[in-house]
Amino acid sequence: MTKLADPAALAAWQAALAAADGHDRPTLTVCGGTGCRVYGSERVCAALQQESDRRGADLAVKVTGCHGFCERGPLVVSHPERQMYTRVKPEDAREVVAAVLDGRPVADRLRYPDPQTGLPIQHEQDVPFYRHQHRLVLDLNGTLDPLSLDDYVAAGGYAALAKALTALTPAAVIAEVKAAGLRGRGGAGFPTGAKWEACRRQPGDVKYLICNADEGDPGAYMDRSIMEGNPHRVLEGLLIGAYAIGARQGFVYIRNEYPLAVKHLRAAIAQAEARGLLGENILGTGFSFHLSVRLGSGAFVCGEETALMASIEGRVGEPRPRPPYPAEAGLWGKPTNINNVKSWAAVPLIIANGAAWYAALGTPTSKGTLIFSVVGKINNTGLVEVPLGISLRQLIFDIGGGIPNGKQFKAAQIGGPSGGCIPAEHLDTPIDYESLSALGAIVGSGGLVVADEDTCMVDFARYFMQFTQEESCGKCVPCRVGTKAMLATLERICAGQGRPGDVEYLLELGETIKRSSLCGLGQTAPNPVLSTLRHFRAEYDAHILHQTCPAKVCKGLITYQVRPEKCTGCMVCLRNCAVGAIHGAKQQPHTIDPAVCTRCGMCQSVCKFDAVAVN
Amino acid sequence: MPVPVGEIYGLINQEARGEGSVIAALEAVQSRYRYLPPEALLLASERFGLPLAQVYAVATFYNAFSLKPKGKHCLQVCLGTACHVRGSPRILERLETRLGLRAGGTTRDRRFTLETVNCLGACALGPIVVADGEYSGQMTVPKAETLVKRLLRAEAEVTHD
Amino acid sequence: MIQLTIDDRRVTVAEGRTLLEACREHGFPVPTLCYHPALKPYGGCRLCVVEVAQPPPPGDARPRPARLAAACTYPCEPGLVVRTNSEAVQRSRRLTAELLLAGAYQSPEMWALAKSLGVEQVRFQLPEADNCVVCGLCVRACQEIVGVSAISLIKRGMAKQVSPPFEIASAACLGCGTCVLICPTGVLRLEDVSGYRSAHAAGAAEAREYCQTCSELDLEPHFVAAPEALLAAAREGTGL
Ligand SMILES: Cc1cc2nc3c(=O)[nH]c(=O)nc-3n(C[C@H](O)[C@H](O)[C@H](O)COP(=O)(O)O)c2cc1C
Ligand code: SF4
Ligand code: FES
Ligand code: FES
Repeated sequence: MTKLADPAALAAWQAALAAADGHDRPTLTVCGGTGCRVYGSERVCAALQQESDRRGADLAVKVTGCHGFCERGPLVVSHPERQMYTRVKPEDAREVVAAVLDGRPVADRLRYPDPQTGLPIQHEQDVPFYRHQHRLVLDLNGTLDPLSLDDYVAAGGYAALAKALTALTPAAVIAEVKAAGLRGRGGAGFPTGAKWEACRRQPGDVKYLICNADEGDPGAYMDRSIMEGNPHRVLEGLLIGAYAIGARQGFVYIRNEYPLAVKHLRAAIAQAEARGLLGENILGTGFSFHLSVRLGSGAFVCGEETALMASIEGRVGEPRPRPPYPAEAGLWGKPTNINNVKSWAAVPLIIANGAAWYAALGTPTSKGTLIFSVVGKINNTGLVEVPLGISLRQLIFDIGGGIPNGKQFKAAQIGGPSGGCIPAEHLDTPIDYESLSALGAIVGSGGLVVADEDTCMVDFARYFMQFTQEESCGKCVPCRVGTKAMLATLERICAGQGRPGDVEYLLELGETIKRSSLCGLGQTAPNPVLSTLRHFRAEYDAHILHQTCPAKVCKGLITYQVRPEKCTGCMVCLRNCAVGAIHGAKQQPHTIDPAVCTRCGMCQSVCKFDAVAVN
Repeated sequence: MPVPVGEIYGLINQEARGEGSVIAALEAVQSRYRYLPPEALLLASERFGLPLAQVYAVATFYNAFSLKPKGKHCLQVCLGTACHVRGSPRILERLETRLGLRAGGTTRDRRFTLETVNCLGACALGPIVVADGEYSGQMTVPKAETLVKRLLRAEAEVTHD
Repeated sequence: MIQLTIDDRRVTVAEGRTLLEACREHGFPVPTLCYHPALKPYGGCRLCVVEVAQPPPPGDARPRPARLAAACTYPCEPGLVVRTNSEAVQRSRRLTAELLLAGAYQSPEMWALAKSLGVEQVRFQLPEADNCVVCGLCVRACQEIVGVSAISLIKRGMAKQVSPPFEIASAACLGCGTCVLICPTGVLRLEDVSGYRSAHAAGAAEAREYCQTCSELDLEPHFVAAPEALLAAAREGTGL
């Protein structure tokens, strides 16, 4: 493989790919994201390939990154028609291939049923989950083979880099990013162009770039999907940034819990280097940039920029105070610019299509699109890309398909352990930086967890507190001890040992920890508690003053009981109880001994007669 | 079993690319042996010219490192938010009771290690349990029970042979 | 020189100073715990917090919102407006001191400090309180002054503690006693342990874990006494 000598060589390559034989032959794309792989998409892919070979057909079978609609995986889509098949099993290969080659109809079970009418939907673009989205950054995720540089180039990849290198000065690139109104997608929403400019202005030749792919928010996986599905776009963004800022060395700091993303990223780097798109004298323009991969080693705090840099330097991932900011003194004391995966991935689009194109979406202060991973008590778990400013209701009900099992929506937690929850009465709030922070939540990095009537908000807050408490680096007192004090209080409340005054103590701790902690972890750790206290105070009062858990979650406040009128005495629960808390004879109603019962809920989940109740 | 110090030193040297790569070196050892033998820390401290105390601090700070050998079978329960709201704590509890272990522990006979993770990025399938690298989605307490029984049975057979 | 305002007074300080140094130079008292003039500032205890506001931009007279920042690590910048003893500062210090006591309520030194900041009761106590407040003074002294790094802060979060490597006697420790002297709560001890004089936290010997399999002390490596032999074996193994 030879290096591309100049931008014209890139354009020629792209033209050759477009003209090549079979570039437009029928194709089946199989989602190869982590979710679909767990459902068995690799076996589906092999079966499709085999069936296509058996028939000697000119049909390409391609594994792509995450399509987003993880709920219905494994997903298979035919191109160019975009017929969508869901929950495909290897046994379905014959039927799917026949549908593509012979135009035969497929069974309804492979189609996604319209949630309103129940009628099967044929085309991907008609599925409500996709129809309401605006996929800019995720646009190619469902069609590219992430391990193929050809695919990316054929789709116009690296043209933005060539444009930046040949037609724009570094200052013009920064001006374009500024005009696009791009704000950092890693959590704080800091304007990206301004950050780049601050780093560019710093004196000195050695500057570093970092791509923050640590994605620590539990329940969020959009960064992973971008790295898995379209790693070259992230690379291209970094290259454009390096040119604009004047950096020659960059690092991608990526969680080691994401082996597939690491693999695809490493492959992309090797391909780009082989073709002269990365390394020395890129596209013959004299511009050079090197990229290394560093694995995160399981510490949420390493997503914080100063801790992340300490980790790259080979030290314990403890944050340090700012100022100085990374732009002034970052990695090894040199000016450093750090951005989130999604921020970098948006850059090539902005440069290729122009700032105005990007800024046309969104609100006056929040431009472009956001990517959310919508999870929890929601019908359509998946990855969603929407313009800033759409309402939470549209996101959760139109795209997310609402709450499963006819349950009531209770709240949406946005921004993970640093964020807050938004209750039903604010469902029409537009999703943008200002509106959410007015409600005590944040846009955050894009994790959105839906809670329904069966979710206890006190337990939910306790969960996040436990998370941040375990992830606190332990350097500063308010975060190390203060979050522990909050957690201990919440644990008492959940155990039915709440005391009057607990809420005030939580508020006092929360406010102080926020203001006095060293880094963003401590400064945001109390948010889930403070926001649930603000919107769900009654649930706290029920736990503390009335010793009840309205959602029937907190173990110290519930009992399992057999409803004698429903119990058939089948003995299934009795046999399954791990601690022998259930008594009763065959065909006689059973009883549960609350003193022995550990409230594991096993009996309720095995009972076929709905005879176990929680009170 | 004697610790293969030569091999470990080789791994460490392979990863020693410039400043800051001590973590990468420890990662290489961890992924090869599934734990960090004490010798590895001393060798890394020597190779990178860092005080042993500093290497030990790094090895104990990051969750990915373990200073104790892991069990033959490793069970991981996702406690990410999505899995939490769908009931993963109860699944963890059941596994803890069944294996007689607390999360993070290894059984006396070094057969089982039980761990928790924060989001594997497959939230659509939550709650998730990973047994020896194999993902099981939409777990329930009864399904967890079956999973453990299967593993225990397989292990019992191994012992009988 | 840099001009800034501390508690409504205009002061001038040399370039490169921290707010804490500026405050002390001009007679504004600021309590500290993890700070020591001979060591690099750390910013861990958060007792030295002050309110800091950026100067308003030219042509805009409205004051900027103030935030709390640790004085010991904050560099002086021209025009900063600093409050060392506002209501918010006092409240924060009081609660922080109370949290410090959670793990050190048997320490008279810590009680004296907390009382001086207005703490009367401790509402939260850690069951495993060992009097160490994780200020890191000993570790930094060993690294920056003595230059041997025999001890470090190991683990993270609540489990963070001062320890020699492998939580056993350290071969690197000189037994100089600097850590013991600098410790604000008197928790560190210097003792002869298994042939070495080594610094360790009081009670650490009892707290060591025994391995479930071999019932030997967990993690006790055999090479600590003779690292050279291990290295020689390693080099031989790789042929380096
Ligand atoms: C505790 C903590 C965890 C963080 N985790 C992440 C993360 O996983 N990914 C990320 O991009 N930013 C994370 N951040 C934000 C980074 O510090 C930083 O602001 C961000 O990477 C900047 O990129 P952006 O400007 O593109 O948003 C975290 C911040 C804190 C305080
Ligand atoms: S806020 Fe928490 S994570 Fe941040 S420095 Fe303090 S202890 Fe460490
Ligand atoms: S929360 Fe368990 S996989 Fe994401
Ligand atoms: S003196 Fe401890 S944070 Fe400043």
